[in-house]
Amino acid sequence: MGAIITLSVLGILVLYLGLFKAKNALLPVTLLGLAVALGFTLADWNKEAEPQFSGMVIFDHLALSFTVLSIVVTGLILLLSKEYFTSISKNVAEYYCLILFSLTGAVLVNSYHNFVMLFVGIEIMSVALYILVGIRRTDFASNEAALKYFLMGAFSTGFLLFGITLLYGATGTFDLEGLRAYVMTATEISPLFYGGILLLLCGLCFKVGVAPFHFWTPDVYDGAPILITSFMSTVVKVASFVGFLRLFGTVMVPLSDFWTPVLLTIIIITLFVGNISALMQSSFKRMMAYSSISHAGYMLFAIVALGIESASSILVYATAYSLASVIAFGALILVKRETGSEQFEAFNGLGKRKPLLAAALTVAMLSLAGIPLTAGFVGKFMMFSNVMGTYNVMLLVLAAVNAAIGIYYYLHVVVNMYFRESTADAEQTALPISVNYIVVLGIAALLTLAIGVYPDCLIGILL
Amino acid sequence: MSNLFILLLVPIIAAIVLFFIKQSSTAKWTALVFALLQAGLTLPFLCGFEPNAAIQFEQNWVWIASLGVHFHIGLDGISLPMVLLTNGLIPLIVLTTFSKAYKGNFYGLVSFMQAGLLLVFLALDAFSFYVGWEIALIPIYFICALWGSGDRIKVNLKFFIYTFFGSLLMLIGIIYLYKQVPSNNFEWTSFVALDLSETTQRWIFWAFFIAFAIKIPIFPFHTWQPDTYTNAPAAGTMLLAGIMLKMGVYGLIRWLLPIAPFGVVAYSQVVMVLCVIGIVYASIIAFKQQDAKRLIAYSSIAHVGLISAGVVSWHEEGVQGAIIQMVNHGISVVGLFFIIDILEDRTGTRLLGEQGGLAAPFPKLATVFLIILMGAVGLPLTNGFIGEFLLLKGVYDYGVWFAVFGGLTLILGAVYMLRFYQKSMLGTLTLRPILGGDIRGAEVLVLVVIVFFTLFLGILPNSILKLSEASVVNLLNQIKF
Repeated sequence: MGAIITLSVLGILVLYLGLFKAKNALLPVTLLGLAVALGFTLADWNKEAEPQFSGMVIFDHLALSFTVLSIVVTGLILLLSKEYFTSISKNVAEYYCLILFSLTGAVLVNSYHNFVMLFVGIEIMSVALYILVGIRRTDFASNEAALKYFLMGAFSTGFLLFGITLLYGATGTFDLEGLRAYVMTATEISPLFYGGILLLLCGLCFKVGVAPFHFWTPDVYDGAPILITSFMSTVVKVASFVGFLRLFGTVMVPLSDFWTPVLLTIIIITLFVGNISALMQSSFKRMMAYSSISHAGYMLFAIVALGIESASSILVYATAYSLASVIAFGALILVKRETGSEQFEAFNGLGKRKPLLAAALTVAMLSLAGIPLTAGFVGKFMMFSNVMGTYNVMLLVLAAVNAAIGIYYYLHVVVNMYFRESTADAEQTALPISVNYIVVLGIAALLTLAIGVYPDCLIGILL
Repeated sequence: MSNLFILLLVPIIAAIVLFFIKQSSTAKWTALVFALLQAGLTLPFLCGFEPNAAIQFEQNWVWIASLGVHFHIGLDGISLPMVLLTNGLIPLIVLTTFSKAYKGNFYGLVSFMQAGLLLVFLALDAFSFYVGWEIALIPIYFICALWGSGDRIKVNLKFFIYTFFGSLLMLIGIIYLYKQVPSNNFEWTSFVALDLSETTQRWIFWAFFIAFAIKIPIFPFHTWQPDTYTNAPAAGTMLLAGIMLKMGVYGLIRWLLPIAPFGVVAYSQVVMVLCVIGIVYASIIAFKQQDAKRLIAYSSIAHVGLISAGVVSWHEEGVQGAIIQMVNHGISVVGLFFIIDILEDRTGTRLLGEQGGLAAPFPKLATVFLIILMGAVGLPLTNGFIGEFLLLKGVYDYGVWFAVFGGLTLILGAVYMLRFYQKSMLGTLTLRPILGGDIRGAEVLVLVVIVFFTLFLGILPNSILKLSEASVVNLLNQIKF
């Protein structure tokens, strides 16, 4: 609970810092605040988890661990922001403030215990993002992305709200515990309830960006500033998954016969749409957008095969994916600064120009592709073994086909970095990498390898 | 000194050290020292090995407790020859690159690959096995794509995706078996002890077999192989053909036979037919090749076809023959690829039509070439003979017609190999100018060592066979129906 309050206050504080032109204090204050929020979260770890504030939120291990993950990833992303925000805008305080508000929303979604909080959390998270996506006011793509995101987001919120209403109509409660009791005890489940599940499923699928509700993802990811994209594809996406998992894990398990086929169809479509579209991209950023769709498909494995390992596999997968995304987008910022391009060709010869950066990006790509000794493999392994528990061997074979397709586009950038020569002007405009990038990318790459070699600590958290 | 883990640790340390060496000559010598150290460290295991069926020098640590993963390694008669082959060939492969200007990163990748290969051969835990299987792929991909020639990017991407897809199918099989084990672990012994239904074993068979068949490669999964071998740098081809493809055959023996015996019985005929088709088809194509490297690449498909046929024949002779033939093939093929590389270095071409009469300027080379060639063809008293003999015996016991067609490998092999020799060494010298003289220095050393083992294993094949005999007999006996 301390984390939510700290983050809200921090957001307002940062806004005031901006008002009084204390630009240099923004980043240190924000990071300090994040550290405090992190401290509050960790301090709650050993407490008995029970719903607080008349059952509005619950800080159980699921909520706490994902809150830690969101705060840490936000911290890493903000560390990358030092020069980035000033280079695209004058009003830097807005960025920090909006990201912090969005993070607060994400923490709420991680810890909701009542549909009202889920809705409020998603709204806080999204509304801040609508602004962030369109924050480059003069940029056409950014505006287009913001409008698209806003319209689609509003639409999906509508679905979500309808779903919640129908469930309320059937059960008379917003409380997860109450819904659970209804599902467990009711002699006959009301048709309203089934309708509610379908609508909720649509709404949540919009938020996590899986096919066929994915159409906003590529354009929004592409149009938004790179750091905002990385925030969206990590913190926001992961929080939406936790919301998904909590709802289906606590309430919907007995009704799995009803929604499993729907979700299975969604997963299969998502894997193919995400991977095959990613294959066609010539822009690294768009490739990452489509790859995020396919990763969402893999993460749904944990929900379609709900079990005791679901939460920990989503945690591992989300951690691996977030770390790799931070590296990928961080590298993209550096490369774009030198070459001015987000295409794959911009990475040509990076292995020679900046060997360490190229090595970190290679680790990230191998992790996304799921090669052993990286965190991504452990995540993928756990997802696969989840689904195997319910004997969906055919689904796994499809997943294997998709993982093999994925290799093609993840290696594309590796190929460009090491096996192709850089263009002449890229070498001339070579810029030194500042310390914060080295620290963040270094930490993320080492963590990726460390989790890959010894994942036990991370898996054990939620088992 | 009987700590098996050290064999995995030394290459990893070597890889890390080598990555930081920029200067070419320092890198070469460091790599050689590490490779020789590793080879030296293997000797205590060879000397201390009791030729019985037991798994020796076992080490078992908990790796990922929450998933039931153990880091479990050990040595038995089946893995020992593979370990010897790996650690014996790597110093030679490093020596073959002494005339090239490779930096530390090249040798670092070679050492890293060595660690992966050894993990595959030593692992007694399916998770560890899979990890080794995959991480051996990353360095060889970079070696082939960074220092290769021709259309290296496309060719190696195909190679990578193809093998990775196979591995994923195997991963699905491994996860399935893992879920079947009551205590949820990946131990080889628990997998073997599983009582799987016949239908399950059938699909498990394919999940594993496709992964292995792509790596070996068995017809029709071989399409990546000729291009990858041809475009790779010489040392990369040696690693691929000399050691890496043995991972697949080793996997067949170690994992597939004992885990899915019903699957093997049900489909051995299919596999046998594929192997025989591969033998005949690859031999015929090899005969038509102009590029020497491609010729050996196709000949390799034919040879491993026979080896795989020996494994699925399910006779002691077949499996024994497969093990010794893997060692022999590794030695011969490294020698042949090295000779091709030397010839390319001296003449600037690998095309048989442009070479000819090279025995006159290179008498020493011509001699060792002939001996290694005879080994590859399987002439008695050279290393290839006993292997092919045992393999054909195993296949014969399985089915006469398979042996008849599989035996064509001897005849066709002699035809295309001798054609190769004739086109390059004999005839009139047409090519001008020829750079450099006969083999010298490191080249002599490597080729003499290879010739020594070609003859040694030809005359005393028992030195390998007795190592593996007890383990093979035990493996075949413990498979239950």
